[in-house]
Amino acid sequence: MKNNQEDQLETQDIEIALLMEALYQKYGYDFRNYSKAHIKRRILNRFNLSGMQHVSEMIHESLVNHKFVDQILMDLSITVTEMYRDPGFYRTLREQILPTFHSLPYIKIWHAGCASGEEVYSMAIMLREEGLYQKTQIYATDFNPVIIRQAKEGIYSINRMKEFTANYIKSGGKAAFSDYYTAQGETVKLLDTLKKNIVFATHNLVTDSVFAEVNMVVCRNVLIYFDRTLQDKVIGLFVESLPEGGILCLGSKENLQFSIHAPLFNPLIVNEKIYQKKIHF
Amino acid sequence: MIVKNRYEAVVIGSSAGGLNALKTIFKCLDRSFRIPFIIVQHISPDSENYLIQILNDLNRLNVKEADEKEVPRRGMAYLAPPNYHLLVEPDRSFTLTVDERVNYARPSIDVLFETAAEAYRDALIGIVLTGANNDGSKGLKKIKEFGGVTIVQDPENAEVDSMPKAAIRTAKVDHILTLEGIAAFLNDLENPMNQP
Ligand SMILES: C[S@@+](CC[C@H](N)C(=O)[O-])C[C@H]1O[C@@H](n2cnc3c(N)ncnc32)[C@H](O)[C@@H]1O
Repeated sequence: MKNNQEDQLETQDIEIALLMEALYQKYGYDFRNYSKAHIKRRILNRFNLSGMQHVSEMIHESLVNHKFVDQILMDLSITVTEMYRDPGFYRTLREQILPTFHSLPYIKIWHAGCASGEEVYSMAIMLREEGLYQKTQIYATDFNPVIIRQAKEGIYSINRMKEFTANYIKSGGKAAFSDYYTAQGETVKLLDTLKKNIVFATHNLVTDSVFAEVNMVVCRNVLIYFDRTLQDKVIGLFVESLPEGGILCLGSKENLQFSIHAPLFNPLIVNEKIYQKKIHF
Repeated sequence: MIVKNRYEAVVIGSSAGGLNALKTIFKCLDRSFRIPFIIVQHISPDSENYLIQILNDLNRLNVKEADEKEVPRRGMAYLAPPNYHLLVEPDRSFTLTVDERVNYARPSIDVLFETAAEAYRDALIGIVLTGANNDGSKGLKKIKEFGGVTIVQDPENAEVDSMPKAAIRTAKVDHILTLEGIAAFLNDLENPMNQP
């Protein structure tokens, strides 16, 4: 016989699975193949704040209350990010990958799961300093419409500038970081010219398909939230989007090692998780 | 009640003073000890994981950084990477996340303990060591609730006593032990002479 704890655990797991089913059926948000332990932590955090008696009450609430759904969507999309996160990665891009782009007539880059855009602007600044921005088109996507709106604004808290500036310097930045923003009280606004060649759009990696061919995909710290099946599916999208020789950049704790698509890629810079789609003769 | 042969993982949380504490436990471990360790040691976000090298040099469990989706194996010890939370899935594979800090920490001990408690239930041993905050106490409580064994380093002997003290206040603790005592307890679990 199951003890009380185990019974409660089983019940909660079923309730959470049903909640995910409801979100999918009603809104098309598909979290069914996200990391279970992660989803559970986030949902139970929300549950504890909600004052509800049972997790299953969240099902009804999410079906009728759009504010609640937005809240849950926010809970489940971890939008934690920073400019030049992992400076070593950006330095490697700058020194080893971007130089190879000079020979291209036109550069397209896809930031998938870009959150509030810090990563995208980091790239734009780097491209500008390397003299490549003029001929670049950046697609910056995330499935969370609220966070994409923030990304588009390019406004960040002034408290974060110290950290961003330090990262920028470590990443090999060539100017004064303060050249790229203007302070407005508690916030800073990044230069509008940085946005010129960026398109921000909502795109769900789980349920939407490929929209363009790009020379480089940057998808960092998104796949860690997916189970193996879903990782393979999403990497499949990148395979479709990249031409032979195209570059795929993953987060520092992500890799292709166990992916069914691994044979299609060469690890270009192993430590920084930079891969290149193989060229077939 | 301690049932030998039952335990499939040991989760350990340590903070300030943790390096020395972990070293002492490793040194006192029998070389034949094989139950996997899963460890959260609070470290600064951009530090190299030098702890791996130091612990490996002691020639006990084989120490590595936990990879996402990796499943813990006997004879191994896994450390949470700096700046990532380490979670254990119901199928016991690891998940790494970049979620907000918990108890000011990433990795957070509570996050590891709470998820491991569900994944391992009564096959888990949870240990809270030296540290200057209260991370790990809620997790330890949950380990107890799911039938696991809870151990806290004796605050009297801890380099920094607030974390062990907080754990003792919050959770029902089975054993309060010195570092040597913790190692002896663990050795005993796998000692063939002691098998029922
Ligand atoms: C931790 S952030 C990573 C941000 C940035 N790439 C970085 O590394 O700093 C993860 C982002 O992935 C997004 N995301 C999660 N699931 C997604 C999906 N199915 N489709 C698109 N974006 C998704 C979240 O909304 C969140 O903004």
